[in-house]
Amino acid sequence: MDWKKEWKALLAIVAVFLASFYLPLERARFDNAIMESLHLVKWYAQEHVLLCLVPAFFIAGAIAVFVSQASVIRYLGAKANKVLAFGVASVSGSILAVCSCTVLPLFAGIYQMGAGLGPATAFLYSGPAINVLAIILTARILGIGLGIARAVGAILFSVVIGLLMHFIFIREDLQQADTQAAMPVPEVTRPLWQNALYFATMVAILVFANWGKPGTNVGTWYAVYSAKWIVTSVVSAFFAIILVLWFDLKGSKVLLVAIPTAILAFLFPHEPMVAFAAGAIGLSIITSTDKGEAGEWFLSTWGFAKQILPLLFIGVLAAGVLLGRPEHEGLIPSTWVSRAVGGNSLHSNLFASVVGAFMYFATLTEVPILQGLIGSGMGKGPALALLLAGPALSLPNMLVIRSVMGTKKTVAFVSLVVVMATFSGMLYGALIE
Amino acid sequence: MQIKVFGPGCPRCKKTEENAVEALKELNLEAELVKVSDLQEIMSHGIMMTPGLAIDEKVMCTGKIPSVEEIKEWISEKAR
Repeated sequence: MDWKKEWKALLAIVAVFLASFYLPLERARFDNAIMESLHLVKWYAQEHVLLCLVPAFFIAGAIAVFVSQASVIRYLGAKANKVLAFGVASVSGSILAVCSCTVLPLFAGIYQMGAGLGPATAFLYSGPAINVLAIILTARILGIGLGIARAVGAILFSVVIGLLMHFIFIREDLQQADTQAAMPVPEVTRPLWQNALYFATMVAILVFANWGKPGTNVGTWYAVYSAKWIVTSVVSAFFAIILVLWFDLKGSKVLLVAIPTAILAFLFPHEPMVAFAAGAIGLSIITSTDKGEAGEWFLSTWGFAKQILPLLFIGVLAAGVLLGRPEHEGLIPSTWVSRAVGGNSLHSNLFASVVGAFMYFATLTEVPILQGLIGSGMGKGPALALLLAGPALSLPNMLVIRSVMGTKKTVAFVSLVVVMATFSGMLYGALIE
Repeated sequence: MQIKVFGPGCPRCKKTEENAVEALKELNLEAELVKVSDLQEIMSHGIMMTPGLAIDEKVMCTGKIPSVEEIKEWISEKAR
């Protein structure tokens, strides 16, 4: 019996046993927290998964497959125009690194074989920060204000941080690695305008299907809201045509999906999710069986779904147990939250930034957690601070960065992120008051 | 023949490795399969975007998961 190998298993068994033995059931707060967690999961499933996450996964999948990474990387290479490199690095995060694991090798590559420390750190920050899926979900659940602030903040940050890093360490001469960067395979050429229209159509479907109900019954916002499903249907029909014309999907197959969807739309006009779900399922079926580009697109989409849905599920459960739904409480009393991160003080924003920087957030989990925190009394300013510092950094991630850049530069990078997140939070908090 | 698969250990690089194994199996060939996860080593091969695949030190693909068919083609060309 080798205890050196088995002690971990024993520890796990004992821990689970003790937890189960002392489960604080019948304590109101605990039982309530469990219920809150289940309520939150149900709410996410009913409100957000079908209409928001599914289109978002298709969009992310499309970005990963169809946006020419080779042409973007050219701007980040060794011979690239340094000024342009900063701009490209700050926005290309969402294009080049939709999978979070590509961020680190790419960062190392840009740093040592490409445009240097500045653009590399700009990219390092922007990659996780401008994650397409995260921005979409943030806007949807935390409100369009935070969604936009997050996107704009992330882009601005990456440029500023990159520039600051460049100037702070300008005297250090980095020996450019001798190796020539291997360029990724050039993608299928479709005219840019066709790709742009394809993406715009998907984004339009996402936006209109999720058009929120306004407070009042008048005005343009409301007019769009009352017509949102008609608009979505028209845009979807347009999308179907695009798929047939430019993506080589057989017209007959697309019709086979479009007709049942339309029929369901007429049969259940007050349950648009039925038709939407049918459309999504149909699209999945015809793209997954396609041998060409559409098949690759679906593979990429499915990859994201498989990777992210379990994480999001766990994140929502955890957020529900700890913080409860908005207007409700979980295990953590709201007073603790408002004391630590309520209002818009320097202290709250700083606390949020530092905790965010060190804590690990699996992709998208920052959204339900933040929703819980805001519902428990976190100020909007500190919320933005956490959104800007959280996803981009975590303790394990800092260790890897350190292995590439060294301790001094890593410390500088992390400090810059925390400081800027704190001030952006305070600025945003002040602006929306 | 030596096939190197580059990646820090995420699902995409694992899929690349699986595809490489499958390609070898279908061609009934044996080759040394090396998984490179160390960042410095990945970069020393000039790879900026993972996953990446190299055959006999020549980088054949970077930035996307190569299909079993593609890998088979490259191996066949090399073996010629």
